[in-house]
Amino acid sequence: MALKMVKGSIDRMFDKNLQDLVRGIRNHKEDEAKYISQCIDEIKQELKQDNIAVKANAVCKLTYLQMLGYDISWAAFNIIEVMSASKFTFKRIGYLAASQCFHEGTDVIMLTTNQIRKDLSSPSQYDTGVALTGLSCFVTPDLARDLANDIMTLMSHTKPYIRKKAVLIMYKVFLKYPESLRPAFPRLKEKLEDPDPGVQSAAVNVICELARRNPKNYLSLAPLFFKLMTSSTNNWVLIKIIKLFGALTPLEPRLGKKLIEPLTNLIHSTSAMSLLYECVNTVIAVLISLSSGMPNHSASIQLCVQKLRILIEDSDQNLKYLGLLAMSKILRTHPKSVQAHKDLVLQCLDDKDESIRLRALDLLYGMVSKKNLVEIVKKLMSHVDKAEGTTYRDELLTKIIDICSQCNYQHITNFQWYISVLVELTRLEGTRHGHLIAAQMLDVAIRVKAIRKFAVSQMSALLDSAHLVASSTQRNGICEVLYAAAWICGEFSEHLQEPHQTLEAMLRPKVTTLPGHIQAVYVQNVVKLYASILQQKEQAAEPEAAQEVTQLMVDRLPQFVQSADLEVQERASCILQLVKHIQKLQAKDVPVAEEVSALFAGELNPVAPKAQKKVPVPEGLDLDAWINEPPSDSESEDEKPKAIFHDEEQRQAKQRQPEADEEELARRREARKQEQANNPFYIKSSPSPQKRYQDVPGVEHIPVVQIDLSVPLKVPGMPMSDQYVKLEEERRHRQRLERDKKRKKKKDKDKKGKPRRHGSLHTESDDDLAPAQQVDIVTEEMPENALPSDEDDKDPNDPYRALDIDLDKPLADSEKLPVQKHRNAETSKSPEKEDVPVVEKKVKKPKKKDKKHREKEREKKEKGKEARVEKEGEDLDFWLSTTPLPAAAPAPEEPGVNAVITAPKEEDEEPQREEQGDEEDDEDNERDPEKKSSKHKKKKHKKEKEERSKDKKKSKKKKPPGDEAAEPVENGALDEEPLPVRAHVQLLPPGREFLH
Amino acid sequence: MIKAILIFNNHGKPRLSKFYQPYDTQQQIIRETFHLVSKRDENVCNFLEGGLLIGGSDNKLIYRHYATLYFVFCVDSSESELGILDLIQVFVETLDKCFENVCELDLIFHVDKVHNILAEMVMGGMVLETNMNEIVTQIDAQNKLEKSETFIFQSPRQDR
Repeated sequence: MALKMVKGSIDRMFDKNLQDLVRGIRNHKEDEAKYISQCIDEIKQELKQDNIAVKANAVCKLTYLQMLGYDISWAAFNIIEVMSASKFTFKRIGYLAASQCFHEGTDVIMLTTNQIRKDLSSPSQYDTGVALTGLSCFVTPDLARDLANDIMTLMSHTKPYIRKKAVLIMYKVFLKYPESLRPAFPRLKEKLEDPDPGVQSAAVNVICELARRNPKNYLSLAPLFFKLMTSSTNNWVLIKIIKLFGALTPLEPRLGKKLIEPLTNLIHSTSAMSLLYECVNTVIAVLISLSSGMPNHSASIQLCVQKLRILIEDSDQNLKYLGLLAMSKILRTHPKSVQAHKDLVLQCLDDKDESIRLRALDLLYGMVSKKNLVEIVKKLMSHVDKAEGTTYRDELLTKIIDICSQCNYQHITNFQWYISVLVELTRLEGTRHGHLIAAQMLDVAIRVKAIRKFAVSQMSALLDSAHLVASSTQRNGICEVLYAAAWICGEFSEHLQEPHQTLEAMLRPKVTTLPGHIQAVYVQNVVKLYASILQQKEQAAEPEAAQEVTQLMVDRLPQFVQSADLEVQERASCILQLVKHIQKLQAKDVPVAEEVSALFAGELNPVAPKAQKKVPVPEGLDLDAWINEPPSDSESEDEKPKAIFHDEEQRQAKQRQPEADEEELARRREARKQEQANNPFYIKSSPSPQKRYQDVPGVEHIPVVQIDLSVPLKVPGMPMSDQYVKLEEERRHRQRLERDKKRKKKKDKDKKGKPRRHGSLHTESDDDLAPAQQVDIVTEEMPENALPSDEDDKDPNDPYRALDIDLDKPLADSEKLPVQKHRNAETSKSPEKEDVPVVEKKVKKPKKKDKKHREKEREKKEKGKEARVEKEGEDLDFWLSTTPLPAAAPAPEEPGVNAVITAPKEEDEEPQREEQGDEEDDEDNERDPEKKSSKHKKKKHKKEKEERSKDKKKSKKKKPPGDEAAEPVENGALDEEPLPVRAHVQLLPPGREFLH
Repeated sequence: MIKAILIFNNHGKPRLSKFYQPYDTQQQIIRETFHLVSKRDENVCNFLEGGLLIGGSDNKLIYRHYATLYFVFCVDSSESELGILDLIQVFVETLDKCFENVCELDLIFHVDKVHNILAEMVMGGMVLETNMNEIVTQIDAQNKLEKSETFIFQSPRQDR
C-alpha cells in the first residue's frame, strides 16, 4: 500500500504543475483555447485521483485558469476536498481557489461550514488564518450565522495575527448577518484599545466602515476615537479616524468645534501628505457642519485653502488632483475663499490630464460671474471640439449647461448667446445628453418671454436642418433636441417668420424615422402651426392659401397615421379627421381660423418639477380612506379591471368618431373651457398676482441684436456663439464709458458715493454689469402652501440599511449569537424579540413560549436599558461640552476643565458635576446662540436625570480615578463589564516609515 | 473598501485578479480597466474615475505603473487615495523582497504566491497590514511550514 502511494507520487511528478501549465500556454499562442481545453481535460482526470496532492495541483491550475476567464465552478466540490486536506500547503490552495470562485450562489458552499469551523479552531495559527482569509471572500448569510460565534471567540485569541483577521472579517459577517452586530459590538469596541497596533488598526477599520453607512449610531464612540486620534502615531489609523470624524461631524456640530484645534495642529505638524490631506478634508467637513457665518473660523478656512493651493501648485499630479477635489468641497459653502484662486483653476482646465481637467470643471461652477461667463463657456466650447473621449465631452456638455443655468440663470446677461450655445452643442456627435440640451431650450423659451422670438427663429432653423441632427445620430440622444425645437416652434408659432416653411419641414417624410415620442410632439405641434397659419391667411383674406395649407396637411398626415408608435398613430388620426372636417368647412367658405386656434388658447406656465408632490394634503382628507366601501371578498378580482377596460374602449371609440360636426366641436371646446375654469390644478392663462412680472412695457422696445442667422446655421460646424463674445465686449466697453461718465458726474456731486446700481451678491465688477436685454426669468410655479421639502427616498435595497442598529442599547439574551450546532441554536433563541423595539423587529424569528421568564426579563431589561441609554447620551453631551484634553492641544481656559478635575470624585458629586456642565453650557450659550438647541436637550436630560439619579448611583460602579482623568468619559457598555485597565497604550511606531 | 485588485501587463494580459465583491463580468472589468489605464500618459495623476462596469460614482481606480506591469486598486470613497498609493508601493516592495528582484516572470509563474502575499495585506477588501516587515515575517513562516510538509510528491521546481 505504502509502496503504491509512493509509486503514485512518482507518477505525479510527470503531471503538469502550475508552472508547466503557464509555460504551455505561452508556447501555444496560436491555439491557446485548444491547448487550455486539453489541459482542462487533464485536470478533470487528475481530480478523479485519490491522491490529495494531485487534486491540489489540479485545483491550483484551475485557479490560474479562472483568472484567464475560464469557468471553474464545476470543480467546486473538488475545491472543498482540497480545502479539507490536513496539510497547510494544500489547504491554502483550496481556500485560495474557493475565495476566487465561490459566491452566494455556489450550492456546495454549505458543505464547508463544519470544515471551516474546524480550521478556525485549529491549533496552527496559519490554518486559522487561511480559513479566515478565504471566508472573508465567500461568506454567505448562512455561513455568517453559523460561524459568527466562532469568529467572535477568535477576536480574543492570544495571537495578534489571528485577532486582527478575526476583527476584520467581522465586518463581512455583519453585512451578511446583521443580527450579529449588537452581540459582537462590545468586543469590537474593546479591540480599539488592543495592545497590538495591527489589531487596533483592524478594529478602527471595521468601525469606520460601519460608521460611514450609519454614522449616528456611532456618535457615542467619538470620545474614544478622539483619544485614539490624539495618541496614535500610526498614520493609517489616523487617516481612518479622521475620515470617520468627517462623517460624524455633520450630525454633531459640537464635535466639530472640539476637533478643529487638534486637526489644525496636525495640519501644521505632519509631514505625511496623505494625513495632511485627510485633515484638511475633515476640517472642511467640520466647517460645513458649523454654520458658515462664524467669523472665528475664517482662519481655518484660510488655512485649508492655502494648504490646498500648495497641493494644486505642486508638480505632483496626484496632489494637484486631490487639491482640486477638496477645493470643490469648500466651494459649496465658502465660494468666496475659492474664487480668490480662480487663476489656478482656469490654469488646470488646460492640464493635459483628463482627471485633473474634470476636477477643475467641478470648480468652475463657482468661478463664473456675469462678467466672465461668456469667456469661460467659449473656452469650454473649444475643449468640446478638441475632446477625444465621449465621457469627457459629455462631462463638458453637462458642465456648460450646469454653469449657465445655475441659480436661475443668474449669470447670463444675454440669452441670445445662450440659445446659440445650445444650438451649437446640438452638433456634438455621439453625446448622450440630447435631452439635457432639449430641457434647457424648453426651459429658456418658456421662462424668458423676451427671448421667444429669437428662440423660435433658431429652432425653426434647427428643424429645417433636422437631417443633420437626425441622420448622424440615429443611435444616440441628440435628436432629443428636435423634440424641444418642434414644441417651441409650435407653441410660440406666432413669432415665426415663415411658418409655412417650418410646417413643411415638420411634415417631411424623413420625420417618420425619428423616435416615436418625438414624432408625437411633431404631430401635435404641426396643428398649432397650422392654426396660426390659418389665422394669418384668413386675416390677410387669402382663402386659397389657407386651403392650400389644409391640403398639405391632408396629404402629409397619413404618413403618421401609419406609424407603429401608438401615440403618434392616435394623435395623427385624430388630427387628420379634424383637418378633413376643416377642409369641408373651408370649401363652404366658413371662417375657421378662430375656432382652430381656440384649441390652443391660453398660455402654459412653467411648473416646478416637484410641485405635484408638494401639494399639502388638505386638513380632514384621509388619502387612505375608502371612497366607497371596499368590494366584498366574494367579488372576483378580475371582474373589475375588465369592466374598466370595457368602459374605456367605448369611450375611445366615441372619440374616434370621424364626423364631429361643428356643433360638437364647439360643445367640446365649451366643455374644455368650463372644465379648465373649474379645475384648480389647471394653470390659467392669467398669472396669479404674486407672480405677475412687471410686464415691462418695453418687451417690444428691447434692443434685439440683429444677426444674420442663415449663414452660420447652414454651414454646420462654424461656431456662431463667438460673435457674441465680440458683441459683448463692445457692449461692455460702451457701458464702461457711460459709467465712467456718470461716475465723474457723481463724483463731482458727492465724493463719498459709491456707484452701485443693484445690490447683487457678486463681486463689485459684476454689479456694474447690466444685462444686454431686460429679461424676466419666470419662476416655476409651486402650489400654494407647498411643503418645504420632501425626504429623498432611500434605496430599499441598500445592504447597509440592515446595519442601522442602535448599539447603545443593552444586549438582550435573545440576541446572543448561536453557539456551535447551528440548527439547535436557532431554536434556543429566546422570545423577547417582540418586545425590543425597532431593531429586533427586522429579525423575523419564530415566537417562543415561556411567558413567566419573559415577563421577568423584560422588566429587568427595561430598567437597565433606560438608565443606560440615559447615561450614554449624557456622557457624550458632557464630553462634547468639555474642552479637549490632549497634551498636544493646550486646553483653553474654560469652566469645563473644572468638571474634569472633579470627575474622580464622581460618586458623591455627580449631580453637581452635571450642574456644572449645565452652567458651562449656559455660558457657552451667551457667547454662541447656536448652542441653544443643545441646551434645551440638556435641560430635559437633567430633569429626567434628577428623577433617576438615585437608582443610578447604586448601579454605578466605581471607576478607577486614574482612568477617569485620562479620559473624561467612559462609555456605558464598558461600565458594566469592566475591562482590565491599561495604563495608556503606548503605540510603537511602525517598523518602516510608512505613508509619506 | 477595496473592491478589486488587478495586475496586468502593458498588453492587458492579466497577471493577478482579486475581486472582493462578486462580479459576473470580471473579464470585461479587466479589459475595461486596462483600456482606461493604458491610454494615460506616464506623468498624469494616478487616480481615475469612470470605470463603468465596476459600478458606482463612489468608486475610483488608483493605479501605479511599474515597468511592464500595472497595479490597479479599485476602491470606494472610504479609502484615502494617497494611502492606497502607498499601499501599492508596499505591496510591490514586499513582492520584491519575497521574490528577490521581482519581475513580470515571477508573477506569471507564481501567481499563487502573489495571492498569498496579498492575502497578508488585504483581507476581504479591507487593509489588514501595512507594515512590510510584519508581512514578510508571516510569509516566511508560512513558507517554512510548507517546506516542512514537503516531501517526495512535491517537485523541486515548485520551490524557488
